[in-house]
Amino acid sequence: MGVPIRVEVNGRVYEHTVEPRLLLVHYLRDVLGLTGTKVGCDTSQCGACTVLMNGLAVKSCTVLAVQADGAQITTIEGLAKDGELHPLQQAFWENHGLQCGYCTPGMILAAYDLLQENPNPTEEEVRHGLEGNLCRCTGYHNIVKAVLDAAQRMREG
Amino acid sequence: MYPPRFDYYRAASVQEAVQLLQAHPEAKVLAGGHSLLPMMKLRLAAPPVLVDIGRIEELRGIQDLGDRLRIGALTTHWELERSDILARKCPLIPEAAAQIGDRQVRHRGTIGGNLVHADPGSDLPAVILALDGTLHLAGPNGTRQVAARDFFLDLMTTAVQPGEILTAVEVPVLGERTGTAYLKFEHPASGYAVCGAAAIVTLNADGTVAQARLCFNGITSTPFNAQNVTDALVGHTPDDATIEGVVDQHLHVGDPMGDVFASGAYRVELAKVFAKRALKQARDRAQA
Ligand SMILES: Cc1cc2nc3c(=O)[nH]c(=O)nc-3n(C[C@H](O)[C@H](O)[C@H](O)COP(=O)(O)OP(=O)(O)OC[C@H]3O[C@@H](n4cnc5c(N)ncnc54)[C@H](O)[C@@H]3O)c2cc1C
Ligand code: FES
Ligand code: FES
Repeated sequence: MGVPIRVEVNGRVYEHTVEPRLLLVHYLRDVLGLTGTKVGCDTSQCGACTVLMNGLAVKSCTVLAVQADGAQITTIEGLAKDGELHPLQQAFWENHGLQCGYCTPGMILAAYDLLQENPNPTEEEVRHGLEGNLCRCTGYHNIVKAVLDAAQRMREG
Repeated sequence: MYPPRFDYYRAASVQEAVQLLQAHPEAKVLAGGHSLLPMMKLRLAAPPVLVDIGRIEELRGIQDLGDRLRIGALTTHWELERSDILARKCPLIPEAAAQIGDRQVRHRGTIGGNLVHADPGSDLPAVILALDGTLHLAGPNGTRQVAARDFFLDLMTTAVQPGEILTAVEVPVLGERTGTAYLKFEHPASGYAVCGAAAIVTLNADGTVAQARLCFNGITSTPFNAQNVTDALVGHTPDDATIEGVVDQHLHVGDPMGDVFASGAYRVELAKVFAKRALKQARDRAQA
């Protein structure tokens, strides 16, 4: 069974016919070639596959592509504008918020979602807000530092 | 990991969903997918057909009906957490919803899916039981209502019959001088409740307990109503010593669940600790 879907990803509209069981993360990676979004645990725990769906962070390994029909999706590839890194990307870089980088796209999109709702979070709020994202190598300290730094940059515009 | 193959139908209305379920008796309902899809990926479930109810507008939203509140089955945990109506009239639900999983999970998971899935470690079942809620079902023979106390039949088994969908949950608006609390000991990896305690305390004008409810997630296969404890509290002044004494004397858990992480005996100990904390917090809020 094939189901037609129409999805806007990073501002571009795509139309495809997909198998119902195709997961959003595989649609993004394998059909659209947007491999910035990672598959970590594949069991809804780690957050590596986090993208924004209609503005809210979701784990794309736990959403069917057919459920995203009609939705607006933002992936890590959609954050930089005109060759300029997004303040979150810049802050992760400068604060050593990544080592291997595998968790980073998901971390950044979860942080993006958090900062949209709460532009001036406390350290505690950042830690709580990122509870759905696991990092196996950097340690959370610099990730939290990066998010707080990005929050300040974004507030100062 | 892909889920096993299935055919997919998207229902535009409750009526269409019920028709689709009738036409495909093997089908499962798909709401937020945050319990069903992980199970399908692990091959713990392999329904040949999914009926997606996720876009049915009439299943969304929270309405104030005066003496009660109606919550559509598709309302997400995130919407529960942020609802002004609930914050004012039923803060127990947002307090529990905010403790579910993580923000990504709360963006997708729905109250209906949480209740119908009836995982013993879920957070909303004991809350709806404590509130004495009513579940509204629609099926091929029309609609019916089931009280929360008759809804949870066993581990992951509810009164929802094949072909039926849960459309809404109604909870009564609590009276004056009432305080509520939901406290949870969460599994450190999964975040599910090892023990979750929902408490409601209503005081008389003289400060004694007029009514109380205390229900648990996580310790038994279905949400557990500690009626003995709350019966024993009625009429007493709920100071700390009274609450502690009543819980120690009257909290008896018949058949606690145990697993590699927490034995039954340990869960019963947790239940005592969380019962005391939740009742005290509900009392403080009733007094405020
Ligand atoms: C990483 C992770 C952590 C989690 N942590 C917690 C937690 O701490 N506490 C907690 O309570 N939950 C937790 N959950 C579960 C989450 O709350 C689920 O979203 C919820 O239990 C199911 O809701 P859903 O809308 O996703 O349902 P689905 O997965 O779509 O459906 C679940 C089941 O209910 C049936 N169903 C759904 N809606 C209806 C309906 N309206 N009528 C009839 N049948 C229906 C489906 O057929 C299916 O059998 C977690 C989930 C994940 C992935
Ligand atoms: S890959 Fe989706 S949560 Fe880990
Ligand atoms: S940077 Fe390697 S997992 Fe986080």
